[in-house]
Amino acid sequence: MRTRDLAYVAVFAAIMVVLGLFPPIAVGPIPITAQSMGVMLAGSIIGARRGALAMLVVALMAAIGLPVLSGGRGGIGVVLGPTGGYIAGWIVGAFVVGLITERVWTRYNIGWAILANVVGGILVVYAFGIAWYAILSGQSVVLAAAQNAVFLPGDAIKVLIASAVAVAVRRAYPVIEAAPQRA
Amino acid sequence: MIGDAGVLAALLGVVVLGFAAARVPWRLAVRQVGIALPFLLLIVLVQGLVEGWGSALVVGLRILTLLALAGLVTLTTRAEALIDVVERALTPLKPLGVRPERIGMVVLMTIRFVPVLREHADAVRDAQRARGVERSFVFLTPLLVKTLRTADGLAQALDARGVDPGRAARQR
Repeated sequence: MRTRDLAYVAVFAAIMVVLGLFPPIAVGPIPITAQSMGVMLAGSIIGARRGALAMLVVALMAAIGLPVLSGGRGGIGVVLGPTGGYIAGWIVGAFVVGLITERVWTRYNIGWAILANVVGGILVVYAFGIAWYAILSGQSVVLAAAQNAVFLPGDAIKVLIASAVAVAVRRAYPVIEAAPQRA
Repeated sequence: MIGDAGVLAALLGVVVLGFAAARVPWRLAVRQVGIALPFLLLIVLVQGLVEGWGSALVVGLRILTLLALAGLVTLTTRAEALIDVVERALTPLKPLGVRPERIGMVVLMTIRFVPVLREHADAVRDAQRARGVERSFVFLTPLLVKTLRTADGLAQALDARGVDPGRAARQR
């Protein structure tokens, strides 16, 4: 990784922090936040490795107690707590979004963007979130998944916004193409 | 995972003693757990209705202990010390290409970029307002492009000065 790659990582980690400043809407035990959009943007704009690293940085900052999660939350308690699976899901989710995006980069358009963001930003993140929530609360996966359903409308909107932005940014300032594959 | 309510209660007692030993003001101590209390209550409620109240007690105690312990560590340890721990904990991953000291540097850059994003957001909004555009989702695109450019500039400046992010972080 070059210095520039590290700077990009910091930018998207900072975007996650800023998105966390929007007050979360508490529906049930897991807050609806703007931060899942940051996962999609990171994967779509800076790719798999850097995107995942940005999420890792946010997770680390949360774990050491900095208030980087929505609603000014932070601390190991939140990272390991009931919603901690979503935070692990951000890392893998951003990686998957980036992986798909990199594969289709030369013919990237709004359709591919939506596909990448739905798979990585919704399916992967939900899978981790639901699994951890089910383990920690002892509830069945089905029950945990049912509580998760309230996020779908909000996340669908976030996918559309993130995809449109990703396509526009690719046209104006393509990062993935310009970056070396390995540093 | 511990499934015995008695053992969990004892563990929670130890953590509470830890708070006392660290002389954490009780108001602050309660707040550590208080933020998560609505979640905790809901989990216990659902658990109790679905699986029975005995299991709800165990789950509730387990999460409460976890939250209290995490709160205690966070309260009694400075962020820098925690960054050091994180760097040391990541050291075994070095063969995989992880550079722990660089991650510390990225954390510092992230903290710096938060106010930068705010400034850029204001600038983009002003520019759009000057052209008669109020509130638009198009807002995000110029904000990101502008910030990516700033990141490029920052990286070039660091490189030009021969600053290796890893080494700089270690010299603190």
